Amino acid sequence: MYRILQTLLITLCLLVSAHVTGLRAADDLSALVNALGTAKLSELDDRIEALAKSGDPRVIPVLEALGEGNLYARKTDGSVYLATEKGGSFVLVDPVDGAQAGEVPKGELQKIKVNNSVRRAVRSALGGLTLFSTDAGARLKAAQSMRQTPNADALEAIDKALATEKDGAVRKSLDEARAVTLLISDRSDDDKRAAIKTLAESGGREALGVLTSALSSADASLKPDIEAALQRIEQAQVFWNAGQNVWYGLSLGSVLLLAAIGLAITFGVMGIINMAHGEMVMLGAYTTFLVQDVIRTSYPELFDWSLTIALPLAFLVTGIIGLAIERSVIRFLYGRPLETLLATWGISLILQQAVRSIFGPTNREVGNPSWMAGAFELGGLTITWNRLWIIVFALAVFAALLFLLKRTSMGLRMRAVTQNRRMASSMGIRTPLVDALTFALGSGIAGMAGVALSQIDNVSPNLGQGYIIDSFMVVVFGGVGNLWGTLVGAFSLGILNKFLEPYAGAVLGKILVLVLIILFIQKKPRGLFALKGRAVEA
Amino acid sequence: MNIKARVTGAFLATILSTTAFNGAFAADDTIKVGILHSLSGTMAISETTLKDAMLMLIDEQNKKGGLLGKKLEAVVVDPASDWPLFAEKARELVSVDKVSAVFGCWTSVSRKSVLPVFEELNSILFYPVQYEGEESQRNVFYTGAAPNQQAVPAVDYLMENESVERWVLAGTDYVYPRTTNKILEAYLISKGVKPEDIMINYTPFGHSDWQTIVSDIKKFGSAGKKTAVVSTINGDANVPFYKELANQGVKAEDIPVVAFSVGEEELAGLDTKPLVGHLAAWNYFQSVDTPANAEFIKTWKAYTKNDKRVTNDPMEAHYIGFNMWLKAVEKAGTTDTDAVLDAMIGVSVPNLSGGYSTMMPNHHITKPVLIGEIQSDGQFETVWETPGLVVGDEWSDYLPDSKDLIADWRAPMSCGNFNVATGKCGGKGS
Repeated sequence: MYRILQTLLITLCLLVSAHVTGLRAADDLSALVNALGTAKLSELDDRIEALAKSGDPRVIPVLEALGEGNLYARKTDGSVYLATEKGGSFVLVDPVDGAQAGEVPKGELQKIKVNNSVRRAVRSALGGLTLFSTDAGARLKAAQSMRQTPNADALEAIDKALATEKDGAVRKSLDEARAVTLLISDRSDDDKRAAIKTLAESGGREALGVLTSALSSADASLKPDIEAALQRIEQAQVFWNAGQNVWYGLSLGSVLLLAAIGLAITFGVMGIINMAHGEMVMLGAYTTFLVQDVIRTSYPELFDWSLTIALPLAFLVTGIIGLAIERSVIRFLYGRPLETLLATWGISLILQQAVRSIFGPTNREVGNPSWMAGAFELGGLTITWNRLWIIVFALAVFAALLFLLKRTSMGLRMRAVTQNRRMASSMGIRTPLVDALTFALGSGIAGMAGVALSQIDNVSPNLGQGYIIDSFMVVVFGGVGNLWGTLVGAFSLGILNKFLEPYAGAVLGKILVLVLIILFIQKKPRGLFALKGRAVEA
Repeated sequence: MNIKARVTGAFLATILSTTAFNGAFAADDTIKVGILHSLSGTMAISETTLKDAMLMLIDEQNKKGGLLGKKLEAVVVDPASDWPLFAEKARELVSVDKVSAVFGCWTSVSRKSVLPVFEELNSILFYPVQYEGEESQRNVFYTGAAPNQQAVPAVDYLMENESVERWVLAGTDYVYPRTTNKILEAYLISKGVKPEDIMINYTPFGHSDWQTIVSDIKKFGSAGKKTAVVSTINGDANVPFYKELANQGVKAEDIPVVAFSVGEEELAGLDTKPLVGHLAAWNYFQSVDTPANAEFIKTWKAYTKNDKRVTNDPMEAHYIGFNMWLKAVEKAGTTDTDAVLDAMIGVSVPNLSGGYSTMMPNHHITKPVLIGEIQSDGQFETVWETPGLVVGDEWSDYLPDSKDLIADWRAPMSCGNFNVATGKCGGKGS
C-alpha cells in the first residue's frame, strides 16, 4: 500500500513540475521506468534510449525483463512492475530496487508489449550498459551485440573498453565491434581502411554482410579496399562451405545410420521385411516424451539427464514390443516375405493409430537438454551441439552392436542361426529363442534411435513413416546382412545428398539420390558390401 | 464401440465408424451436418481438432434449441488423409446420409478432389483453412484466408515496420505454397524489390533435415540488407525447421520468419523460448482479448475436458462458417441447398476478434488480419492488425492470368470466374 502511495505521489509530482530539482536518483529512474508503461509500441525505442542514457546499472535487469516480456504496468496507477505468474495471480517486484510489491490478479495488469524492433533496442542498450561489467561473459555478449547493431555514438565507449580489456575473446569481439562501428562513423578514411582490414581478417558471413552494405555507401577511395576484402573473405568461404557440406552430410548420415541400424538387424541379418520398424523409432521418441513429462512435473532439476534416463527405457519398451510382435506374428511367417511385409505393415498402422488415440494426433514437445542446445563456431563452420551428439551417439551404438555380434556368445549364436538355421539347431542352439531375441534387439535399437531423433524431428504418430523408406534404402544400398555396409551406406548417402542439395534443391536432390541408387542397384544388386560364400544362397 | 474402433487401426476405424453412423439414427426430426476431416493418417494432426470443434459447436447449438425447431446431428466420417477417399466420403455424406451441409477438408488437394462431388450432387461445403485463392465455386464457402487476407498484409508489415529488403520465400512443394509464392513474388516486384533480392526455396513434405536450408538463409541474409523469411512450410516439417533455426541461432531480431501455416497447435510441440519474436499472420489468435473469445476458449476447454488445449485460426473459421450457415438457414426457412446458397450472401455474424464477418458474393468472407509474434509460452501476441476488415480476394490482382477475373454468385451474374476485360463468364479455372 505504501509503495502504491509513493509511486502515485511521484507520478503526481512529476505531472506538476516535470523536473523538481533534488529528486533522488532512484525516483528519477522509477519515473523513467514507469514511462515505459504508458508508451505506445512505436515510442518504446526512445524511452529505452532514455533509460540507457541514465547509465545506471540498475537499468540492466529492467531492460532484460522488458526484452523477455516480463514487465507489466498496473492498470490502477500505471506503475511498472516485474511480474511472474504464480497460480493464477502475479507476484509483483519493483524493477528498480527489487522490493516485493505484493500479488495481484491477472486482470489488474497490462503487459508491456514488445516486438522485434523493441528487442533490438533493448539489445543495443544492454550492450552499452554491460560493456564495463565485471563479468567477462556479459562483456562478451555486450561486444557481440554492439557488433550486430552498431551505433556510431558508441565508438568512444568501445575505445575506452578496449584500452582496459584483458580477456582475449572479449578483445577480439570488441575489435570487430569497433571495426563495424567505425565503418558507419565519420572517422577518417585511414581509420576505416584499418577497420576493413580487421574485418577481412576476422572473416565470416557477418563481416561479409557488413562490408557489402558498406560498399554501396563508401567513398570512392575506399571501394577498392572493400572489394579486395570481400574477395578475400569469399575465397575463404568457398573452402568453409565445402567443409560445412561435409559436416551436414555426416550429420544427415548419422541420422540415417541411427534409423537404419535397427533395420540392419531385423532386415539385414534376419531377412524380415519389417515395415513396423519406423514405428519402433516413434515409440522410442514417445518414451522420451513420457520421461521428460514426468521429469518436468516432478523432478525438474533432472531435465539434463532426461535423455540418459530415456535411452535404456526406450530400449526396453521397444525391445519388449518387438519381442511380442515376433512371438505373436512374425514367427509364423518365416520364409514368407510377402506375408511378413503385409503383416508388419498392418502392425505399423495399428501402432500409429494406437499412439494417436492415447497421446492425441498433435505433436508432443520434447525439449533439448542444455548440453544439446545451441551451436559453436569452429573456424568458419557452425556446429550445432545436438547434431554433434547425434553423430557421437550413432557411432557409439554402431560400435556396441558390432561388439555384441562379433565378440559375445549371444552374437555368435545370432550369426550361426541366420547363416545356417538347421546346422545351428543341430548344434543345440535354441533357434526360436535366438530369433526372438534378435528381433527384440533390432527393435530396441530402433527405440534408442527414436530417443535421438526426438531431438531434431517432431514427435508425432507419423514420425516413423518419414524414416522407413530411408532406412530400407540405406540397408539395401550398403549390402543386406553387413553392418559395415550400413555404416558406409548411411554416410555416403548423407554426404551425397548434402552436396547435391545446394545445387539441385531439396526436392530434386532427393530424387537424384534415388535415381543414383536405382542405377547402382542395377550394377551391384547386393549393395556395396555383398556377403559372399555359401551362406548367401542358404 | 468408439474406443474399440480406435485401437483396431485406421482401416477398421473407417469401416466401423461409417457403418455405425450410417442409418443408425435415421430419424427425420433432425438436421444432419457432415464433418469431413481426417482422423487418421498424416493430416489427422491438424484435422482432428477441427472435428472436435465442429462437434462442440453443434452440441452448443443443440443446447440453445437446435435449428428450425429441429435438433442438429453430426455425421462424422474419416477420409484418412487420402485424397480420393475424400471424394468418396463426401459422396457418401451427401447421397447416403443426406446431410444439409458439410464442414471439412484441410489441404487444397482434398478440396479440389471433393469439388466435383458437391457440384454434381448440389450440396454445400464450408472450407476453413487459408488457401492460395484462384478459385470460387458455387457450392463452396471459403471461410479461411485468401492470400490478400494473410500473405500480402504480412509482407506489408515486414516492409513497413522492419524495413525488410531481402526476402526468402520458403515453402513445402505443393500447390498452396507455390501459388502463394507466385503471388508474393509478383507483389514484391511490383513494390520495387529486385529479383536478386528474392530467394525461393521448396522442400518435400515432411522434410526433416533443414541444416543446409537454414545455413543458406543465413548466407542470403548476410548481404548487408535486412532479410526476412516468409514461410509457407506445411505443418509437420515446421518443428524440425524451427528447431534448426533455434540451434543455429537465427534470432527474430536479425532474420524474422513469418509463417502462414504455424498456429498455436503447431507450436504445442515446440520449446518456443528460442523462437520468441518470430511471426505468424492469421485472422485470429488464441490470445485475442475479447469477451467472445474468452467464452469460446472456456467452452472449448470444458468440452475437451483438457485445460491445455489451444484454439487456432481454422477453428475460428469453422465458428464463423457454422454460425453463418445457421443464420442463412433461418433466413431461408429451409435447409434446401439453392435457398441456402442465396441466403448465405450478405449474412453477417460476429467473429472472435471483436468484429463482424460478412459473406461476400464471391463466397469469401471479410476478416481482420493480425500479425503476431511467438511468445515463450507458445502463444502469439498481436503486434499489428489491419485497421478494418479485409475482403477475401479470390482471383489475385498480382497474377497476369487472374487479374481480370472476379466472382459474383448473385442472381444475374452467378459466375465464379467472370472476366471483366472480355465481359464473359469463364476464364482460367472453371
